[in-house]
Order: sequence, then C-alpha cells, then structure tokens
Amino acid sequence: MMASSYNAKEEDGHNSGASNNGGAGVVKSKKPDNTAFKQQRLPAWQPILTAGTVLPAFFVIGLIFIPIGIGLFVSSNNIKEFEIDYTGVDINNPCYNCAKNFSWNSTTPCVCSVPFTLEQPFESNVFMYYGLSNFYQNHRRYVKSRDDSQLNGDQSALKNPSKECEPYRTSEGQPIAPCGAIANSLFNDTLELYHIDSNGTRNTIPLVKKGIAWWTDKHVKFRNPGGNNNLTVAFQGTSKPVNWRKPVYELDPSDPENNGFINEDFIVWMRTAALPTFRKLYRIIQKKSSTTPTLPSGKYLLEITYNYPVLSFDGRKRMILSTISWMGGKNPFLGIAYITVGSICFFLGVVLLIIHHKYDTRNNSPDIPN
Amino acid sequence: LSGVLQYSEHNIHLNFKQGLAMAREGEDPGMAKASKVKRQRKKKPKENKTRTVHANILYDNAKGEENPNRNYANNKIKTTKYTVLSFLPKNLFEQFHRFANVYFVFIALLNFVPVVNAFQPELALAPVVFILSVTAIKDLWEDYRRHRSDQEINHMDCLVYSRAERRYVERYWKEVRVGDFIRLRCNEILPADVLLLSSSDPDRLCHIETATLDGETNLKQRQVVRSFFDLDCDFDPLKYNGIIECEKPNNDLNRFRGYIIHQSGRRDALYKENLLLRGCTIRNTEEAVGIVIYAGHETKAMLNNNGPRYKRSKLERQMNVHVFWCVIILLVMCLFAAVGHGLWMFQYGDKRPVFDVLSPEGTDLSPIMSAIYLFLTMIIVFQVLIPISLFVSIEIVKICQVYFIHQDMDLYDEETDSHLQCRALNITEDLGQMQYIFSDKTGTLTENKMVFRRCTVAGVEYSHDANARRLAMYQEMDSEEEDCTSHSGTLPRRDSVTSHQSARVVLRSQSTKSHRRTGSRAEAKRASILSKHTAFSSPMEKDITPDPQLLDKVNECSSQMDFMRFHSQPMSQLPSDLADIIDFFIALTICNTVVVSSPNQPRQKVKLTSTKSIQSNLLRVNKGSSSSSLITNRSSNRGCSSLLSSPSAESTLTKLDEEQPPRGLEHSFGPVPPCYNGKAWNLEDGELRYEAESPDEAALVYAARAYKCSLVGRLPDQVTVELPHLGKLSFELLHTLGFDSTRKRMSVVVRHPLTDQITVYTKGADSAIMDLIKPPDTGKRQIKIVSRTQNYLNLYAADGLRTLCIAKKILSKEQYACWLQHHLQAETAIQGREELLFDSALRLETNLQLLGATGIEDRLQDGVPETIASLRMAGLQIWVLTGDKQETAVNIAYACKLLDPEEEILTLNADSQVRGRTAKAFHSNFAPFEIYPSSSPSSSSHTTPFTVLRLGLVIDGRTLAYALDKSLEDKFLAVARSCRSVLCCRSTPLQKSMVVKLVRNKLKVMTLAIGDGANDVSMIQVADVGVGISGQEGMQAVMASDFALPRFRYLQKLLLVHGHWCYSRLANMILYFFYKNAVTLIFWYQFYCGFSGSAMIDQWYLIFFNLMFSAFPQLITGTLDKDVSAETLQQLPQLYVNGQNSEEYKPYMFWMNMIDAFYQSLVCFFIPYFAYADSDVDLFTWGTPITTLALFTILVHLGIETKTWTWMNWLSIAFSTALFFTVALCYNASCPTCYTPSNPYWTMQRLLQDPLFYLLCVITPVAALLPRYTVVNLCLTEYKGQCGFRLVNKQVTLAYR
Repeated sequence: MMASSYNAKEEDGHNSGASNNGGAGVVKSKKPDNTAFKQQRLPAWQPILTAGTVLPAFFVIGLIFIPIGIGLFVSSNNIKEFEIDYTGVDINNPCYNCAKNFSWNSTTPCVCSVPFTLEQPFESNVFMYYGLSNFYQNHRRYVKSRDDSQLNGDQSALKNPSKECEPYRTSEGQPIAPCGAIANSLFNDTLELYHIDSNGTRNTIPLVKKGIAWWTDKHVKFRNPGGNNNLTVAFQGTSKPVNWRKPVYELDPSDPENNGFINEDFIVWMRTAALPTFRKLYRIIQKKSSTTPTLPSGKYLLEITYNYPVLSFDGRKRMILSTISWMGGKNPFLGIAYITVGSICFFLGVVLLIIHHKYDTRNNSPDIPN
Repeated sequence: LSGVLQYSEHNIHLNFKQGLAMAREGEDPGMAKASKVKRQRKKKPKENKTRTVHANILYDNAKGEENPNRNYANNKIKTTKYTVLSFLPKNLFEQFHRFANVYFVFIALLNFVPVVNAFQPELALAPVVFILSVTAIKDLWEDYRRHRSDQEINHMDCLVYSRAERRYVERYWKEVRVGDFIRLRCNEILPADVLLLSSSDPDRLCHIETATLDGETNLKQRQVVRSFFDLDCDFDPLKYNGIIECEKPNNDLNRFRGYIIHQSGRRDALYKENLLLRGCTIRNTEEAVGIVIYAGHETKAMLNNNGPRYKRSKLERQMNVHVFWCVIILLVMCLFAAVGHGLWMFQYGDKRPVFDVLSPEGTDLSPIMSAIYLFLTMIIVFQVLIPISLFVSIEIVKICQVYFIHQDMDLYDEETDSHLQCRALNITEDLGQMQYIFSDKTGTLTENKMVFRRCTVAGVEYSHDANARRLAMYQEMDSEEEDCTSHSGTLPRRDSVTSHQSARVVLRSQSTKSHRRTGSRAEAKRASILSKHTAFSSPMEKDITPDPQLLDKVNECSSQMDFMRFHSQPMSQLPSDLADIIDFFIALTICNTVVVSSPNQPRQKVKLTSTKSIQSNLLRVNKGSSSSSLITNRSSNRGCSSLLSSPSAESTLTKLDEEQPPRGLEHSFGPVPPCYNGKAWNLEDGELRYEAESPDEAALVYAARAYKCSLVGRLPDQVTVELPHLGKLSFELLHTLGFDSTRKRMSVVVRHPLTDQITVYTKGADSAIMDLIKPPDTGKRQIKIVSRTQNYLNLYAADGLRTLCIAKKILSKEQYACWLQHHLQAETAIQGREELLFDSALRLETNLQLLGATGIEDRLQDGVPETIASLRMAGLQIWVLTGDKQETAVNIAYACKLLDPEEEILTLNADSQVRGRTAKAFHSNFAPFEIYPSSSPSSSSHTTPFTVLRLGLVIDGRTLAYALDKSLEDKFLAVARSCRSVLCCRSTPLQKSMVVKLVRNKLKVMTLAIGDGANDVSMIQVADVGVGISGQEGMQAVMASDFALPRFRYLQKLLLVHGHWCYSRLANMILYFFYKNAVTLIFWYQFYCGFSGSAMIDQWYLIFFNLMFSAFPQLITGTLDKDVSAETLQQLPQLYVNGQNSEEYKPYMFWMNMIDAFYQSLVCFFIPYFAYADSDVDLFTWGTPITTLALFTILVHLGIETKTWTWMNWLSIAFSTALFFTVALCYNASCPTCYTPSNPYWTMQRLLQDPLFYLLCVITPVAALLPRYTVVNLCLTEYKGQCGFRLVNKQVTLAYR
C-alpha cells in the first residue's frame, strides 16, 4: 500500500514538473528529478580521519584543557572554607547531650555551644551554611510531598491542599499550611556565631538572613495568602505542620517581609537538595569595610539551639563558613578533572603520533584482502 | 514459460469442446415454465452452494424485496480499512497488535497507580500518544488515498441497459448490480465479472486482455454462451429470460461453472470461457453484451487482490533479540534497585526517617512491599531503556530510504517509463545482506524478445548475416539514443486509454542507413511505449532482414508453384529442396496458435487482405535522412482512432517497401505519391498484428513474413496465408495438437490447398523432433539433411540460440481416416481422455520428414554479464533456475559469464528412462559427484597450487527432483556449495521455489529471487527478498515481488549501492539507538537517593529527550549517511561483503555499545556529581546540566558516527540543540507553580549565568567520548581492518590512493 502511495506521490510531483517543462500534450514521465537531494548527491563533508586531522584535535584539546584546569584549581584553592560538625555523636561533643535527650515534644529548647578557631581570616563576604549528611531530601516521595499552589498563596489550595501532601495534608481536620513532608521536616536549628576576643568577650557577628533564597523563589514562586498584611488572619483555619513548634506565620515575627511562606529559611529548605549530603545557605556575613577581614582569624563560638534530630537516621549536621568565587564554593574536582582529561588527551596524542609514525611506512603498501 | 501457457491453452481448448458437447446434449426442447419455477424452489435450500442470477430488467420496478439479486454485493468497491467512526477504535486495535505499543501503554497506565507512579500520569502518556497518533495519521493518510482511488474507480462509466429507456445508458461502475446487462465496447475495462451473451464478432468470440489480472499480455478468447451463439440479430436484453445458476464467488481465475436455464427449460452449461473478468480489457471486439454475475468485492479480481506483504528483515530480527536483551537489562536494573531500596528501608528499622514519607493513608510500608512497589516504579523510570521511538524511527527512515530508491535516476528505465518499485517497505536493509541470488533466465537475464536469427532448411544453412548485423545495430545505436529521443518529444504519444489504436503514419522512404537509425534503440523504445499492451511487437522482433539467398529461393519456388498451378501441373514436380523451403515457411506460418489482428481495426479480425494492396498503399515521403520527425496523418473518419503514431508499423512497412524494388519482381511497386487524406487506409488494415502466446511463435511468424509468407487470418477451422506470387491461400485446419511440455512439440493437420494433401506440420524441440524423423533408410537425401541439420542445431545451441525443428508429414487419406477415428474416440472418451489424446498425438507425430530448423535468439539484456560479474565479486552466489532446456541454458550461462570456460562443469542428468527408479538408486548415481568436488581441490593443487579449481553445476529438472528429496538434499547442497555457479534447467515453478526454500532453510542464508514470469512467482514469494522484472511477461511476478525492477542490470545498483546504504544506515542507527537509550543516568542516581526511584532529570526532559531533542539528527543520519560513495560501491563490489557478514551490526557491537553507554553514563553522571558534591545545589538545578551535557554527548557521539556531513546534518544538530534550549527556557519561564515536583521555574535561566554549567558541558562530552574517539581513530589510521565498523572506510581510503 505504501509503495503505491509513493508512486502516486511521485506522479504528483511530476505533474508539476511536466507542466513546467512542456505543454499540455506532454505525457507525464515518471522520470525522477535530477536534483542533488533526490539523487543523494548533496554536497557533503566527508571527514576521512587520518593522522593529520586526528592528532591535532588531541593536542588542541589537551592544550586548552590543562590551563583551564589549572585556573579552576587555583581559584578553588583560594576559597576559604571552614566546617564544623555539631551533631553530637561523640561524647566529647558539646551537643552530645542535646542529641541524646532529643524529643520532638520538649518545650524547652536545648542549647549547646561549639567553640572553634579560624586559623586564617576570611577576607570577603562569608556564607554560612548548615550541612546535613545522610539526609535523603531527594527521596521520590519526599520530593513530591508539597503543594506549590499553596505556597504560592492560592487560597483554595491553602484550605484544600493537594493530595501530594498526604499524609501531611490535614491535621485534626484542618488543612496543614504549609503541607507536605518537606515543609514538615523543616530544619529548625538556630545557629548564632560569636567572635571571642582576645580578652574573652563574645561579640555577636551580624548574620544577614535576607538574600539567601533565589530571587525568583522569594518573589514569584512563594507568596503569602491574602497579601502580607495580617498573616495570622490569612492562615486562619489552617494547622501548623505536625513537627513544627510554631505556625508558619511566626517563623520570623520581626520582619513581615520574611514571614509566612516567604520566609527565606523556609524557601531555602523547600528547594530540595540533589544529594543526600548537602548544605544549605543559612546566613550571610557581609564584609563591613575593605580594611578589616569579614572574619578575622581567632576564636569563635557557635551557639546552636538544637531542635533538629538527625541521629535516628544516622545523619550529621554541620555548620560551614565559606567564601565563594566566580565558580561557586570550594571544589577542586573540576580543576583536577580538566587537568586530567587534558593530560590524557595530550598523552593519547603522543601515543597516536608514535603509532602513526611506526605504521606510516607500512600503510603505503596496503594489504587489504580483496 | 511458453510451454506452460500453451499447455493451459490446450486444456482450455479441450474444456471448450467438452462444453460444446454438453451444451448440445442439453438441448431438450420444451419444458414447462412451471417446472422451472418448481426446480428453482427446490434449489432454494441449497443456495449456500450456488448463486442464482436473474436479469435485473425483469424486476426493474421492484427494487427492494422482490429482486432476487438483492442479496448480492453491488459493484461499489471499498478497499478502505476504516470509516469515520471506526477509524479510532479499529486503528488503535491494530496498533496494539504490536507488542511494543502494548508495553508502552502498560507503562503509561502504570503511572496512574498512585503507589507506583513516577511521573505525572498525563505526561507519561504523551510519548505513547504521540507515537500512536503518528502511526494513526500515517494510516489515515493511506486510507484516504485508497478511498480516493476507490472513488475514482467507482465513478467510471459503463453502459447499462435500462428497461425504462429501452436502451443502454451510462452509469457509474458503482451502480452496476448483479443481473444488469452491460454493453462493452472495444478497449473498455470490464467493471465486473460478466457472462458473455453477445459479441459483435462474427465467430461469437470476444477477446480480452488479462494483463491486469495475470499479467499475460496475449489476448484470450472468450466465447458467447452457447445458447446465444446462433443469434443472428443483435442481442436484445428484453427478450432474455434465462436464469443463471453458478458457483459462489471464489478467487479461482481459471474456474467458472454453472448453467443457464432458459424459459424453455433448456439448460446450457457455462464455462470459464464464457466469463469476462473484472479488470480485463476488451480487445479486438467492437461490442459485447453480457450479464453481471459477480460484482464489486465478489469479483474474482477483487477476491484475488491481496494487500502488501509484511516481511521482517534480518536486521530487525537481530534487533528484536537485542530489544529483548534490553528488557532483561531493564528488569535486572529494576530488580537491583528494588533490592537496594528494600535494604535501604531495612537499615532504618522501625525508626522511620523524616524524609521517608509514609503512604498517603499514613500507614507504614514494610521494606518488602516498598521494594515491590519500587520495582514497578523503576520500570517506569527506566522505560527509556527500551527504545520507544526506535520503532517509529525505523519506520520513518525506511520510508525515506524507499523514497530515495524510488527517486534514483539510475534505476529508471526510459524505454518503459518505469522505475524501481519498492512494494515491500520494511525490508530495504535486507538488500544489503543478500548471499544467494536465484535468477530466472528468460526475461530476466534475457530480454525475452525472441528474434529470429538464422535457419537451416533442407540441410542448407542460411546464416542471415544481414539480420545479425541488424541485431548488432540495436546495440550500437545506444549511443545515438540521446539524439533520437530528443526528437521523440515531437511525436504524438499514445493516449493512455486507447492503447490499442494507432494512427496512420505517413511513411517516408529512406536510405538503409537512416532506416537503421530509426530502427535503433530509441525507436525501439518509442515503439515499445506505444505498443505496451501488445506483446512481442517491438521492431527489433518484427523487422527480420531476410537472407537474400533464401529469399530468392522462396520467390523462385513460389513463382514456379504459381506457374504450375496456372498450368495445372502437379505440385510434386517441384524440386524437392524448393518444396522443402516452401513447406518450411508454410509450417512456420501456420503451425502455431497466433491470432491475427490489425492495429487499426481492432474490432475486426482480418479477413481479406493481400500484400499487394498493402504495398500499393505504402505512402512514401521523401525526406532528408537526418530528420526523424514524422508527419502524422489524422484520420477523421474513424471512430476508434486518434492522433497516434505507430513507428513499428512504419518501419515494417518501410522494410517491405525497401526490399521490393531492387528485386524487380512482377509485384514491385513504384513510388506512390504522398497521400494525406488517409482514405486509402480505410480500405486497408494497415499492418497485421500477431498476438502470440509465446514470443517464439511470434518470432517465427514474423520471420516467415519477412519472406512474404504472411499469416493473414486465422479462424477456428481455417488458416489463411499469403504467399508471394500465389496470393492468398486458405488451409483447412483439421486439427491442432497443442504444445505440451511432455511432447515438447505441437502439430497442425491441414489440408494443403494446392496439393490437396493432408499434411501434418510439426514444430518442436530438436530432441523431440529428431527422434521422430522417418528412419533414414528412406533416402540418401534425407539422411544428409538430418545429419546436417543436427550439425547446425549443435552450432545454434552453441551460439545460445533457442532451436526449433520443423518437420512435416503427408498423410494419405486412409491413414488420416484411420488416425481420425482413433482421435475422435480419444476426444470423446470419458475416462483417461488426456492420456488417450496424448497417445493419439504420438501416433500422428511419427515418421516425420525433417524440413529444417530455426535458431531464435533471446538476447541478453544490457549489462547482464557485467552485473553478474560484479555481483559475483560482491560475494553473491548466483544460481540460475530456468525452465529452458539444458543446452540453451548452458549457452546463455556462458554468454552472461555465469559459467566460465575455465570452469569444470558438473552435469547431473538422470537418465530419462529411469522414471521409476528409486531415490536410493539415484543415490549411488549421485555419489561420485559428491566425492568429486571434495577431492578435486587437493588433486588440482599439485598442478596449480594457487588457483582454486572452480566448478559449475548444471542440473536438470528431473535430476533436481531426486536431488530435492529429503535424503539427498544435504548432499545436493554440499555439491552445490562447492560450485561457483549452479544452473538448474528444465525446472518447474515448484522446483524453483523448493530450491530457494532448501538453500534458505538449510544454509541459513539470505536469498533473493528474481524473475519476470508467472512461473517465478512461487520462488519470489519464498525468498527473503523477491524481485520482479517488470518486463515482457506482465505483472504477475511484479505483484508477488518486494521490489520490481525494469531491468536485470539495475539489480547491481539496487544491491550494491542502495542495499549497502540501507543496511549500513539502519544498522548504525539501531546501534546508536540502543546506545542512546542505554545512557541511563538515573540508574546511578539511585545510589544517592535511597533507591527510591527519584529522578534528578525533570520528567519533561526525560520523556521528550528521546522523542524530540535527540530524535532529528539520528533520523537525518539514518537517512542520508553514506559510508562509501555510490561510485566506489559500484567499483568495488567486494564492499558488499560488509553487509553479508552483518559487519555493521554484530551482536558484539551491541554489547560494545552497551558498555560504551555504561561508561558514558558513568562519566555523565559522576562529573557533575563530584562537581556539585556537598554544595547547596538543588535536585533539578543539578539535573538540568546533566540533561544538557547528556544531550551534547549523544549528539557528538552521533557526529563521530556520521561519515558524511551534509548541511542537513549540521542543521539537524543545530536544531536539536536550539530546540532543547528553547524548550527549556520557555518551560522554565512559563509557570512558577506548575510541573510538580521539579518546579523548574527559572532554573535554566540561572544556569546559563553560571560558569560551572558551561565548564561541565565542555568537559563531560570530551571525557565521555574520548575512548570511542580514540578507538575509532586507531581503527582508522593504524589498525588494519579488524575493527569492523571502519573497515569500509579504510578500504575506500586505500582504494583512492
């Protein structure tokens, strides 16, 4: 059937062709058109790969990649990073007790302080992260357990959250706002950083909590229901997530621009991490003046309000201080990868060159079996 | 083939006579109408067995209930599969027959199960819906085309008798009903199966051409129903009152039984000779009237109409195995993930971590249940591993390949204005993998244009040198082709409908040279276009240049006879050699079943003509020899004619004209002034046209005509021959003993009008005739003739000519009477009539007197030896299976370089007398041959150590029957395999197919069968690829074939170039598909998401990745890529071995690709993994770069695999990239709250500002493709041909050095 349809198709084509060429009396010929496309003679570049064309490619790749790799490696190494694990697994850890005695129901928060020392000053803006390990924020069911419409301030979704939120959709007959497992498991440790002077006084380091979320998240994706005027009213008739100690409209009572669904800590948490070991931006320590480093070297104290249990799933909690460069945080891998690939290319180029030279004389008398 | 045809015709003849006898018996007068009605009622319960047809006009007013024909199908045809309503369900139902579709729908539906679902259910449906709808649209389009062609056919006109108007009125075909009377005019196509009731032909015959049904181009005679035979006046439908009972509609074209019950109660039997079949064309009959018996879909033509065949190609079979492997890999991966998930769950014990979400009901899932659910989820997530788009892509690529094959100019034949047809769409790549070719000889290797070449009469050879030169001329003229065809545009072409008519052409006189020029190939081409519907009538076959010596003798002889007749002298006084000559030509002229017709008056058979009047009307126009434009003469007073030209007629007449004047005979003609009014032609019938059953017959008749012995008319009991000087002679035709393949001869018994003797003329194969020659003791001269003729016969056979012996026998009245008595007994015998007739024929054909022999050349088609040579070089085994006799076949085989003189020929001939021998006895016969080839190489190696002894095997049909026996077939194959070429002669169609089947099944090779005739159909159908030659013998082979070629030599390009390309393109594409789909990055991710079935790649990207983003470049490459150019492939046929050995797609390559995909997926996953390790990247911001770089990797991979870069390749890759980014940017900007769970809002936009993204997109493809690129280069530049996939390129590079 298809074959016949092709016949017809050609005839159609030739109708037009014939009428262009001859008069009405010309019998249409089935002769195919002599076009480059139909005769499969399109001008083509046929790369016959020879040593002459192949080898330069290897060397060029090598020569480009190695410098890039070195550049990346250097810039990664210039990034200063400091990490401190405050999970409290170890008995010596200041947070050991908090970790041990944790219960979701306790009303009094457990506070522990971890002292640490920065050997080198952090010159530019410092980003303060909290890091979690073994926390599978990318679990399939976990990732889905949210309602974006609700988070976007949709009234109907607020009262009637999506089924995806199950089983964290309703609590005691009232819809949960924000619903879902992600919101329910919001990281709720509070971290505060103090600089210990040489004379032992604790100076609070100002931590900026704005600007840690994506601009689009904060201004487009997340919105409080019914405007931002009175969140208590807006969230009337909803219930707080079961694991939360306070409702969503009390996340940051001090700043209405950072309260409710548009609380930046909340937004950051809602952007689920890709890998089970991840960090999330917590605060930014801004450089005050060009002369003094943001964080001079010296003793510091990290005060943690220990609310978030991770030991049950063998998780870890960290606090990370890091500066960033144009390519993000400290990660020497990409630099090393570039150097390695570049070197391999270069090496292969050399090997191929040698092989080629060795075989070149033989190639002139090909012994292809016919 | 001719034998088969003649034989069947013989049967028809017998049946016909039988029919007449029966009809006569049934002529019992006077039966009451009442009894007829009663019988009819009795019949009613039996109606499931028969069909009763009443004339519709009797029931014209009763359209509904009363019309007895109401239950029969009307003539409206509907070949469409769907209606508007049924399209969707029916099409879907058909599509779900394909397992893959069911699988994909299953997966999509799995998404609707909440516990399992991985993607948004609606989205998961998208690919399946897309693919189903693409296929549905394709089907719809096809169906629409069918609908349109149905409409066209349904709205063709025909004349149907209307009772109201008492005349025939024009109706559409679809309005024709069973029981209608329809009137058919010359050249009309039959709208339905019609019982012939009346014909304008005086013999109550109607000629039909059945080319559209069985492809046979000769005319078939159909007979008016016996009881209407004697009607003198025109048939009047109103007087018709019969009732026809016949069999139910069936698809047997050669069977029709029934009877007609007249009002008088008389019953007349009906046979297939009374039935005109739908689709045939009325020829040579001015008008015929019949009653419709079967209409529409119940016609035999429609019942025979089978749809296209679907074959599965070797490559696809191989592919399916690997798809199956993919399924296993998929299941293993799913199982692995499920177990992993179970363990991961288990390690947490009872303490459910906060990120392990409970089921919606809030219940806890046990690790085992969770793992089971996850298994199903993973099937969805990993579904890309099974290439859903592969099947659709393969279909698209194949359609494109078919399109390109269709478009190839080199496969277009100008002569017949036809090009290659791909009738099977899904086996294009099989063309690249052929190992054995089974070819028919006649019509496939040769042109099947039988040309009289030379003859020997009474022991004297007439070499016909001029004729030989003429034939050579046709070949030489090829170079002048362009020259001539450029003028052909000025020729009025034949209207496609009125195919059988040709207009008067004013002839021109010209020098011999210019005549030859016009008789060149271009002329032949034009002529064959014009006379497409008449078989065997190209000028090459018709213009025989007579041997001057023989012509003189003929003239002398006939003038003497004329003289003797004039003086009433007995003819026996004629010198015996001259008598032999005239007898020889008379035998050539009348010993056949050729039907004479005239192209100008196809309605009437030629009754009265004389050469004299033909020649007196030759119109001569003096013209420059360089001009080849023809002045055409419009005849305005002919109803049936139109402005047409007939160069074939022209050239023949010119020939007659040319030959005559120098002879100075009494009937020579001076130039006749040009005459343009065409009046003279009215009296004349122009040129006679011979409709022969086999080209041999036509060739002989044309040859005789060159000697002025023209057959001018044939009636059932009389043959009219025109002889020089003697004028028209009518031979009373007493008997015709038709050709059959056992006797291998045919005879006619005539009463000679001059001598009044009863003469038998016999014509047949030399082996058949020579045994029957009168014992040589009858005279010295006879002995000499026989031995000389035998010599010449051997000579002819060595020249590759088909030989026929002509003999005669004079019967005395008593002998004849004696024989006739027996013969009549045989004819009327009830039991064993066939055998009795056979014996009767044998009795007659004894003690013959040899007259002479003819050598007919069946010319090889152009380029056959070259094609065979290059196909051989390509590693193809070529077997020729022919029905021809051994000598001819061997000679043709030598001529086309199939057999080489250096080869040793093994000939397997079973003794003709050992019919009863058992296969076991044969076994012992066969044993020496079996040992011979195995031992010979060792023995020959002593003398010629470096040349392998080449063997050719020739086996004849009877021996083949033994060789194909179960117990011997393995031995036969062993022998045949060690031979370079195999030639099977005298094989029946069934044997042909058995040989193909044997080789195909036993040797597990790819077979191609090529043939042109009905006897090749079974072989074509059995082979992996069947190729039909759309040549002389019509369409039957073409109908059965997968590919139809106009010429044998096109096979070279079809296989070597298109086959190679199609195979290598498709093989590479399939491999690439497997690779592409196996890059399953998500699998690695499972290790980092607790085997939860989570995907970092947005589900949109995941689903559309293969369907859209990466689909186009591979389609372009799969369609256009050329590993080697067409020229090189033709110059180096050995490159074809690539496909034969499946070197582009070996199982190990699949696994290599899988490993490569494994490696590449590792790289593509882990480079981003480490680059983003322990960062604040979120799931989909991390997944999007992975998608992007996977796309780049896949595209660059394709780039490495692409061997030819056209602008379309570049464009497609650019398009793919652009499409991805456009879609991603639009998608990520469109809706901030939709597309859970990925929430891709602004992700891509942010990524594009991130230098890390670009750095990743550069390094990952490079790292991923480095191994492949290196290996490819190693293979290419250094390695000597052991990496299969670059072997070809290597060879080509070397070839160009």
